[in-house]
Amino acid sequence: MEVAIIKYNAGNIYSVDFALKRLGIQPVITADKEILQRADKVIFPGVGEAQTTMEHLKSNRLDELIRELKQPVLGICLGMQLMCRHSEEGDADCLGVFDAEVKRFIPERQEEKVPHMGWNTLSDMRSALFTAEQEEQYVYFVHSYYVPVNACTAATTRYILPFSAALHKDNFYATQFHPEKSGSVGETILKNFLNL
Amino acid sequence: MLAKRIVPCLDIKDGKTVKGVNFVNFRDAGDPVELGAQYSRAGADELVYLDITASHEGRKTFTELVKKVAAKISIPFTVGGGINELQDVDRLLSAGADKVSINSSALRNPALIEEIARNFGSQVCVVAIDANYEDGQWQCYLNGGRVPTGKDLFQWAAEAEDRGAGEILFTSMTHDGVKEGYPNEALARLADQLHIPIIASGGAGTMEHFRDAFLLGKADAALAASVFHFGEIRIDELKAYLRGQNIAVR
Repeated sequence: MEVAIIKYNAGNIYSVDFALKRLGIQPVITADKEILQRADKVIFPGVGEAQTTMEHLKSNRLDELIRELKQPVLGICLGMQLMCRHSEEGDADCLGVFDAEVKRFIPERQEEKVPHMGWNTLSDMRSALFTAEQEEQYVYFVHSYYVPVNACTAATTRYILPFSAALHKDNFYATQFHPEKSGSVGETILKNFLNL
Repeated sequence: MLAKRIVPCLDIKDGKTVKGVNFVNFRDAGDPVELGAQYSRAGADELVYLDITASHEGRKTFTELVKKVAAKISIPFTVGGGINELQDVDRLLSAGADKVSINSSALRNPALIEEIARNFGSQVCVVAIDANYEDGQWQCYLNGGRVPTGKDLFQWAAEAEDRGAGEILFTSMTHDGVKEGYPNEALARLADQLHIPIIASGGAGTMEHFRDAFLLGKADAALAASVFHFGEIRIDELKAYLRGQNIAVR
């Protein structure tokens, strides 16, 4: 199986690479359009700032390419947010795969810190990424912006308010958390994606 | 519910784990990659690797170590020590680290916090502060606790947050290695003042000390070294204990 990781100016590409290697997969990290279109699975990772990253994607014409991919695609963290319609971070117009708006967390109490950083639980899972026993299991999050619960929500987590921990529409999957950093629970989620 | 994090810290010198008591008298505590993997299996939520080597050769050894850790371990880890400029951050993140911790370099050049936040995002930037309680004030120190700065802990933490720090890692030099508990009053004051997560560091000796750091100190994470390295507290038992105290842990 050929797994491609989209190479662009964002962090955490290497941790996804390492996580796949632990599962016995040798991914290619590339911005080459033909390789990306041909791959069996495409992963769109990301840690960074929405607007800068969108500009980078547009100037390399990766925005059109991602929207038109036909194989299973997994967006992670910023990758998931960029697959939405618009982000409050830098007032960025994004890819529009998911018809959702990315908003900034606004704490209601002093103990609610932003970024939402650390391990939190999954619930209401509705996607082939998850198995039933993962209900209420912990996965690792690091983010200051969130996607509200919407028609594409495939798992929910509560921090300040319930938000989308995962999204799914057609061949597009996405997680707000980092499966590549979520221990054995995350490994299972990555395996489930690879088995789609 | 967001879980409180338990964070073992590994001090690395020339590729090996060491731990000091009050920042001196190092004892050997084993292979850093294997130790990290053990902690991960036992339920550690994150790891911190601090490079306390000063030499150029030591830095290279450390970067190689970061790559090995990233290849083996599937939980987040932070690296610190000797990070003076963006290039150092880039090198360590490219080796597979999730976050970097800056300490003396941030005190000497506070703009470094902004540069890291702008280039890699706030979540990457942990600002570590070593402070000692003296004459009724928490004073920040440079160079692993050797050089006093005259800067106040609470003012510096607020400035670090304003400049874009994603987390504060506060080590009490007064409490470090003494095993009589974390500085809960100072931690709670930081928690009430800041809007970013706080990692408590320095002073853990018993499981009750972790409970107090979370309940009294309102810390988001608690870091410790020797109690874990020498097997005095087991992470799985600690988590079972905290769960029994109604503290959310993974």
